[in-house]
Parts: sequence; structure tokens; C-alpha cells
Amino acid sequence: MNDAPSSTWFTTGPHWGWYIALYFFFGGLAGGSYFLAALIDLFGRREDRPLAHLGYYVAFPCVAVSGLLLTVDLGKPLRFWHMLIESNTYRPMFKYWSPMSIGSWVLLTFGLFTLASFLGALAEEDRIPWPALRKLRAPAAPGLVVELLGGISGFYVASYTGVLLGVTNRPIWSDTPLLGMLFVVSAASTSAALMILVAHRSALTLPGLADLHRMERWVVAFELLVFIAVVVSLGPVLSAWLNGWGLLLLIVVAMGMIAPLFLAWRRSPIRDVSMSTTAILVLIAGFLLRVVIVFSSERI
Amino acid sequence: MAEPMGFFTDTTVCIGCKACEVACKQWNQLPSANGGLNTLSGDSYDNTRRLDGIHWRHVKFIEQFPESRQDGRWLLMSDVCKHCVHAGCLEVCPTGAIIRTEFDTVVIQSNACNGCRDCIGACPFGVIDINPVSNTAQKCTLCYDRLQGGLEPACSKACPTKSIQFGTIRELHTKAQARVEQLHQAGENRAYLYGADEKMLGGLNSFYLLVDKPEVYRLPPDPKLPSRNLVPGSLYALLGAIMVGLGGIFNFRNRSASQSGEPRP
Repeated sequence: MNDAPSSTWFTTGPHWGWYIALYFFFGGLAGGSYFLAALIDLFGRREDRPLAHLGYYVAFPCVAVSGLLLTVDLGKPLRFWHMLIESNTYRPMFKYWSPMSIGSWVLLTFGLFTLASFLGALAEEDRIPWPALRKLRAPAAPGLVVELLGGISGFYVASYTGVLLGVTNRPIWSDTPLLGMLFVVSAASTSAALMILVAHRSALTLPGLADLHRMERWVVAFELLVFIAVVVSLGPVLSAWLNGWGLLLLIVVAMGMIAPLFLAWRRSPIRDVSMSTTAILVLIAGFLLRVVIVFSSERI
Repeated sequence: MAEPMGFFTDTTVCIGCKACEVACKQWNQLPSANGGLNTLSGDSYDNTRRLDGIHWRHVKFIEQFPESRQDGRWLLMSDVCKHCVHAGCLEVCPTGAIIRTEFDTVVIQSNACNGCRDCIGACPFGVIDINPVSNTAQKCTLCYDRLQGGLEPACSKACPTKSIQFGTIRELHTKAQARVEQLHQAGENRAYLYGADEKMLGGLNSFYLLVDKPEVYRLPPDPKLPSRNLVPGSLYALLGAIMVGLGGIFNFRNRSASQSGEPRP
């Protein structure tokens, strides 16, 4: 302890494990997919609406899984509602200075927005017999409101988990203020990758797909910069990664950031293989990134 | 509100008897570890090892012996929740289970805690952990029930050397300062108070007299509130989202670049 690189070394880990790492991944996918879908709806072409639908189809199940993961991770799962209602007074429980408190509320409201857009997308594609629900899609006024607020809350869900880790006293997590930024950028890259992969598997050929692919490259390049900034900001705390976790992190960077940029730069002649490979690499790396960040601190 | 109450722990008179640990366990009906089987640390008389959900008091045995074993000393310190005036656990608790009492102490209400464990990572001293019986986060309550009944906490009541002293913070500060001066006059110039002034988290309602660096006692030299990262972390996240959003708007509006209808490699 005499040579601890930070005061955070004197604390106890909260035993956040696989459920939380998975939540960070699925929450990021939910928030990022919705965010991208809303961007396509609000700023893209009309013919790209099926691509936005993919985002909504991904977001809702991911939010549902996220809620489930968070609940089963609690020591007392049946008390999940204590996050929202103060159990002794039955008043709303809200602390604007606690990321977990705001996160609980935003996850709930975001879940409602994703459900609305999910139903709206199904109705627009005539997969459910309720045409009135098409109004839940832009440019109808209710749809505009849902997608705007849903997009903002999607951004929050994708990023607050990193901020939450920062608002502790644990090694690595609270030794840099950049994890929220890393998580939101990583959420965008993994979500774009998943949407590309699903579109590719569904044999969708839309003009927006090329835009999404171009955007993914841009986001991955930005993610690499943010990751470097995280490493620099950690300073002496970086010694916590001079082990197997650090090695895994290098694999994450190589797999999820450098390889996709290299494949894009090389312009593979087998374009479909290149697109799918890139997307799969980015997704796996996005998950492993969260695994390393959660577990490397927990193990200290 | 009653006057702020707390502990002053003079580590120089602790003899490592662990009466405080036993009294705490007894009064608070805390379960034994490992199903009651004796598990020895194997490298120290300290077999409790750390504070957690079922050990709310922990006597630390810091053994400073050179290789030659010719000289050396034990530093003994009965550790406990610091009941910080600015408490990190209370700050982050999303259920309102952690409260500040009328005695200015910090208490986790077990019936309200849902075991999210945010407080465990937020505590700068590693005090809190899950009690495996209740599955909720638990720690020292400074015997809130005894205080309400006009009694002193079980640990300080049991301490045979007055290493743990209970009282109003004002009284304890006066006593502690006098003890430091006494030790300085006696030639122990290393004696100082840890957490007595407001610079450390607004003041610790359980503070210590130490004779070595805090790190030696496995105490953080510079404990901080978790909220220090809230504003910068949020702003950086917002910046990340703005960059992603701008990238998205730029790419999806940049129609002239991709009119072929085919995805580009």
C-alpha cells in the first residue's frame, strides 16, 4: 500500500461482474442504435427509413435485456423499484448528482421511447395491424417528439455508465474523467457495426448503408483517439494494466480500432466480407473493452 | 439536531485485544464468517483482515519488522466507518437507503437498500460491503440504536485502554489535540491527527491519532468524494456525443458522396 499510485487503491470493489459488463454492452447498443436511427430519421433520406427501423428493432430488445440484467444483479432484485420510489415515504427518488439515480429514471423513460419507436417501425412496415401507430414515427409530430427525446435519452444511456464508474473511488474508473466519453463513442461504433451487420444479413441495399459504413470508420478513428486520451489521463495508474488485462486491452485496440481502420484503408476487393468482418470485430472488441474496464478494476 | 457525535481512536494505546470487534459483533448480531469455521490469515495475528458487511470493526495489525528481526514494532489500529461529514456513500446511494442521522452519523437502512453496491465503490476508505445474510450493503451505524437510547456504542464501551473514545466531536477534538501535544512533549514527534480537520471530506466523525504515514495504516492519504468526476465526466461524455452526432449528421446529410445505392467498401 505504501507505493499505491492513487488513493483509489485503498477502496473495495463493488463486485460488479458479468451482469454489469453485459449491461454496459447492451445498454450501449440500445442507446447507440436508437441515437443512430433517430439521426437517420431526422437528417437522412426518406428511402433510408428501413435502416432506421433496424436501429429501433435493435434498441428495444437491448433495453429490455438491460433492465433484466440490472435487476438480477441487485442483492435484492424485488427491490428494484427502490431506485425510483423512496421505499419509506413512497415519494419519487431522484438525485441529480447520482449517475445511478438519474440513470434509473432515464433507462425507464428510454425504454418507453424505444417501445414507441419499435411499435412505430413495425406499424410502418405493416407487421402489426395498427396503422395509427405510424404516428410514432417522424415526421408525424408525436414521432418527432419521441425520436428527439429518445435520441437524447439514448445518448445518456450509452454514456452514463462510464460517468457512473468515474463517480466512485475505484482504481482506473475514478482515475480518469474520460470513461463516459469512451463509452458513448464505443456505443456508437458497436451500434453502427451491429446495424451494418444486420442490414448485410438481411440483404438490404440502401444508400444510407454506405453513409453508416463511412460513419463507422469515422467513429472508430475517433474512438482510438479517445482511448489514447484515456491512457494518457491515467498517468501512473496505468501500472494497473501491466498484466493480462493490459494484454487483452491491446487485443481490443488491435481488433476493434486498428484492424477496422486498416481494412477500410486497404479497400478489400471482397467488400461484403470486409464489411461483415469489420462489424464483427468492432462488436467483439466493444464487449471486451467493457469486460476489461469492469474486471481490471474489480481485481485490484 | 443533537450535537455531532463520533469516535476518537488513539492508536498508540491500542493493544490489539479485539474486544471492540467482539462487542460490535455481539450487539449488532453480526454473523460469523465462513460458517463459523476458523480461517487464519497465516501471516499475522490479524485474521479479520478487512472491514466488510459482517465486520464493522477491524483491528489492524501493522507489523514493521526488518529482515534481521532485531528491532521492530506493531502498529495497532481499530478501524471503523469514518462517518464522514461529506460522505461519498451517501452521495451516490440511488435508493435513499443511506441517511445522515441527528447525531451527524451515516447509517444504511437495510430495509431500504436493494444491494446495488454503488456505495461500496464510492467509499474512499473501503468500509462498506455486502452482508451475505441480508444481501444488502452494511457497515458500522455508530450504534444508532444505542445512541437513541442514550447509551454509548458497544465498541468504545468495551475498549479496555480507551483507545476508542466516544463523545461529541467538539470534546473529542479537544482531547485529541491535548493527547498529540502530550506525545510531542514526551518525544513522540510523529504523532498527528488523521481526519480531525475539515480539509478531509469536511471532517471525519471517526478520526485517528497516528504515528506513521496514513498509507502505512492502509488509509488513503488523500481521500476524495466520488462526485469530483461528475461534472468533468459528464462534459466529456457530452463532447463525445456531440462529436458522434455531428459525424452522423455530416455523414447522413452528405448525399452527394454516396448516390450509387450500394454500400462502399
